[in-house]
Parts: sequence; C-alpha cells; structure tokens
Amino acid sequence: MTTALDRARPRVEAGGPADDAGRGSRKIFFLVMPSAASALFLYPFVWLVVASLKPRSRTFADPFVPWPHPFAPENYLAVWDAAPMLAWLVNTLVIGVVAAGAVTLSSAFVAFGFAYFRFPGRNLLFGSVLATMMLPAAVTLVPTYLIWNSVGLTGTQVPLWAGNLFGSAFYIFLLRQFLLGVPRYVFEAARVDGASYLDLFWRIAVPLARPALIIAFIFELKASWFDLMKPLIYLQDPALYTLPRGLKAIVDQFYQGGDPKWEIVLAASVITTLPLVVIFFFGQRHFVQGIATTGRR
Amino acid sequence: MRRIRPETRWAYVFLLPWLIGLLVFQLGPMVASLVLSFTDFDLIGDPEFVGLGNYARMAQDPKVLRAVGNTVYYTALHVPLSIALALALALMLNRITGRAAGVFRTIFYLPSMTPYVAVGVLFLFLLNGQAGMVNQFLGLFGIEGPQWTTDPDWILPGIVLMSLWNLGSTTIILFAALRNVPRELTEAAMIDGAGRWQRFRSITLPMISSAVFFVVIINTISALQMFDQVYAMFFGNQVAQQSHGDAALFYVAYLFQQAFQFLHMGYASALAWVLFLVILVITLIQVKVGNRLVYYEAEEHAG
Repeated sequence: MTTALDRARPRVEAGGPADDAGRGSRKIFFLVMPSAASALFLYPFVWLVVASLKPRSRTFADPFVPWPHPFAPENYLAVWDAAPMLAWLVNTLVIGVVAAGAVTLSSAFVAFGFAYFRFPGRNLLFGSVLATMMLPAAVTLVPTYLIWNSVGLTGTQVPLWAGNLFGSAFYIFLLRQFLLGVPRYVFEAARVDGASYLDLFWRIAVPLARPALIIAFIFELKASWFDLMKPLIYLQDPALYTLPRGLKAIVDQFYQGGDPKWEIVLAASVITTLPLVVIFFFGQRHFVQGIATTGRR
Repeated sequence: MRRIRPETRWAYVFLLPWLIGLLVFQLGPMVASLVLSFTDFDLIGDPEFVGLGNYARMAQDPKVLRAVGNTVYYTALHVPLSIALALALALMLNRITGRAAGVFRTIFYLPSMTPYVAVGVLFLFLLNGQAGMVNQFLGLFGIEGPQWTTDPDWILPGIVLMSLWNLGSTTIILFAALRNVPRELTEAAMIDGAGRWQRFRSITLPMISSAVFFVVIINTISALQMFDQVYAMFFGNQVAQQSHGDAALFYVAYLFQQAFQFLHMGYASALAWVLFLVILVITLIQVKVGNRLVYYEAEEHAG
C-alpha cells in the first residue's frame, strides 16, 4: 500500500537539500544548534531523576550538577511505603492495555466495514465519524458521568475503558485509510474460496493492518496512561487509582500540604514517567509514523 | 418493498459498535448536555428548568470572565510560540543527515512521553520562585527571576514556558512536511540565485503551509481545553487553590470544578456548550481563512 503511512515515513537517509553544506565548519554548526536544543529538552529529565535521588535538604541545591550528591536511593523505598505505588502501577498498566486493546479491535472492526463494503449512506456516515473528532470531551463530560452513575459504575474502573469498546474516530480513520490500500482482489479471492465476512476481517484485514493496529494500540496506551480527568471523576478509593491520579494525591499531600516531602513527590514522578519512556524507545518508529499520519498528539 | 442486500446488512453489522457508541456516548450526551444547560441540576433532586438562566449567569460570573481571559491569553501565546519553535526544530532536523537525525528527533519528542501530571509536578519544582532551576539559571546572568508559581502576574507566563517544553508532535508533523518538499524546487531556486531566506519564504513555507495550518488548528483547540497540567499544579488542594487566587483558572478547570466539586451540573453543561460553539466557530473560521492562504498541490495539477 502506498497511503499516507508510506509517504509520511521520514526518509532519514535521503538527507536535506544538497546545499553548500559540504564545508566542515557548516556541518558542525548544524550539529551544534540541535545539540543545544537537545540539552534544553533533556535537562529537566536529568534534574528530575537526580533530584529524586538526593536527600530532601538538597533537593534544590546545585541544580546544574548532573549527579546526585549525597546519593539517597532510599527515597525509592520511602515512596512505596508512603503510597500504594505498586497497586497504582498495576492498575495503570491493566487499564491501559484493556483500553488500548478494546479501542484497537473495535476501531479495526468498524474501519473494515467502511473500507470493504459499499452501501447506501456510507459517505455520510464516514463524514460523521470525522465530525465527531471535533466534539470537545467537555461537552459529553456531565451526561457520560450520569450514564455511569445510573448503572452504578461510578467508583469503579469500568468507565476508564468501557467507552473504548465502540471504536474511536481517530483510529477508525487511520485504519480505514490503511485498509483502503489493500488491493481488493485479496479479499475477493478469499470470498471465492468461501470465506465469510468475519473471516475476511479476522484472517486478512487484521493481519495485514498490523502496522496500523500497533500505532493505534500504542497511542491509546499513552492516552490512557496520561489521563487525569476520568480517574479524578470516577475513582474515590485510593486502592483503585492510576499513577497520574495517585501522583496528584501525593502532590496534594507532600508538596502543597503542610508536610513537604519533596523526595517522595519526585520519586513518584519518575515512577509515573519511566515506563512510558521505555515503551517509547521500543515503539518509537510507530509513534513517529502515527503522528505524521494522523496528527494526533 | 426493496430488498436489502445481504452485503449491506453485513456492512451495518461491522458499523454497529460505532453506531451504538455514537448514540450512547456522543450524540446522546451532546443533546443531553444541551438540555441540562437549561436546568438547575445538583445530581440529587430532579433537574429544574431555568430557561436561559445558566447562560445569563455565565455572562455575569466574574470567574468565567477570568477563566476566559486566562485561557485566551495562554492560547494566544502558546500557539504562535510553539509553532515557531517547532518549525525551527524541524528545520534543524531537516539539515541533518544520517543517524543523528533520528537521535535528535527522539530527544525532541521525549518530553511528550511525560504524563501531564508529571509535567506539572516537575515544573512546580523547576519554576519554584526561591530555589527552582529556572531562577537559578537566570541568576547566573544576574537576573532575579519572578515567583513563577505564586505571583499572580507570573503564573500564566510560567505555564506558557512549561508548555514549550512539549513540542514533540508539532515538530514531527512539520518535519514530515519538510521532508516532502521536492528537492528540485529548492535546487532550481538556488541556481536562480535565491538566498537562504528567499528560498524559505517563497518555496519551503508555501509547500508546508497546509501542515502549518493544520498544527495551528489542533494546537489552538487543545490549548483552549488545557486542563491536566494546571490542575496538577494549582487545583484540588485548598491551600494551593487559595494562595494564587484565580490566576491559574482555566476554562475547562472551572467547568470541572462546577460539575464535580460543586455539583452544578446544569451550569457546567452551559459552560461546555459555549466551549463547543467557540471551538466550532474557530475551526470554521480557520478553515475559511486557510483555504485562501494555503497552497494545495492539487490545485496546481487541476489548473
């Protein structure tokens, strides 16, 4: 297929405009600038990790020394005692995987419907998929809460993923574009061999769409991991919290509350961030493609 | 009666999850929140019809005025600054060849993998007025930095500063657009003696205008809905909330407070609908203006 996915893949080897960039001094100049920018983007991370490994009295001291002195790894023991971090980590991971799995599969199902079939009203319906992308979450916030409230599911983690069972406009769009690139005879040949429509979806569309499915999965995992508002609205029991919700509770208690324990706040921030950074390093290629294709943040 | 083809029936089977979701989680709630916006509803009693009361109240609510002012101020600074800086980063990336480009791209995107709550927390420390890294850095140049997190005049600039750490997606979108600018064009211009700025101004910029326009729209819409970072930094805790007055009151944060702290569900719904209409109008205006300003390749081929 030669859809947007391919076009959007940055051609790293291709090189920039073949200017007068051949001269050494210029080449160095073009590495110095991005290096300086990189330092600006990276240093806050360095500071966060270093400060989380220092005793409280030194949290703010020597911000430009990029190693912890004195070294206080016990902060990371203290944070597990101060809050149920492990439970929050597991909650976040489980909810993230369920939410991402649900939205990926359901969106693929719907996308196949739009990509394969020709039926009356198709363009109108697909237009309304695109239109729902414009609807700000704030508009549906209150009624959605009332729905979960009326079925007695507020206070549980269900509202954090159940809405994902019905597909999401961004991913439906992405996956449909991808499936449109699959030559039609691939499907027709299977039809002739007696495959049902469900077979077409499960045995042909899903395996072929794997790159796009991975993009959708990773993006939704990230979105779910980031989410603060839904856990704020739906979760009361701290045992059910996700990491962002838990981190917020920790900030309220140990940063702004009367009892400042900065090292706890910092260590919890690192724990909230680190798993995503690891996922990013493994799934980097998919992120770059996904953003370039869908413009999703 | 016209028979429905089995293929059509199957098509609707595949669309069914989305159709259900559309009704239950999109259209239904959209209409419901419009209806609720004409009522007084505290979750306990029945909704009580108040006509346009909530909208009239909004017009007189000083906090709405403050929240709108803060949100507009933030958006007006964040959108142009973030796009200008991301464009600079993307142009830098575009000059680099080989593996280095991938490494820099990774680094530029890394902050975008930090959950917003953690970003907010990190910047509470970095922007700390007495001892934060930002002010210590300014101190190296003999500048006495402001109280970013407590001085009402400096809270919003601090939030804008924080937002500029997160340029990853914008940079990648613009970089992808730059990669698609045909080299023959810039080379031809160079042969014709066009300078660096001239080439950028008359070739690169028009060629990537649709991507620039796209990030203007999505960055504006997301800036208007700013919530997570500011909520993590300045809300939820009574002490924190009182110390800064309403200097960090963003529109969606106020909506959230009204709905889930004070249980003013009707009022919150009215706030939500106004936001919805504003975003709709902005999108329409931007699309109209965009159609005049943006160079689309297709037109060239058609003409």
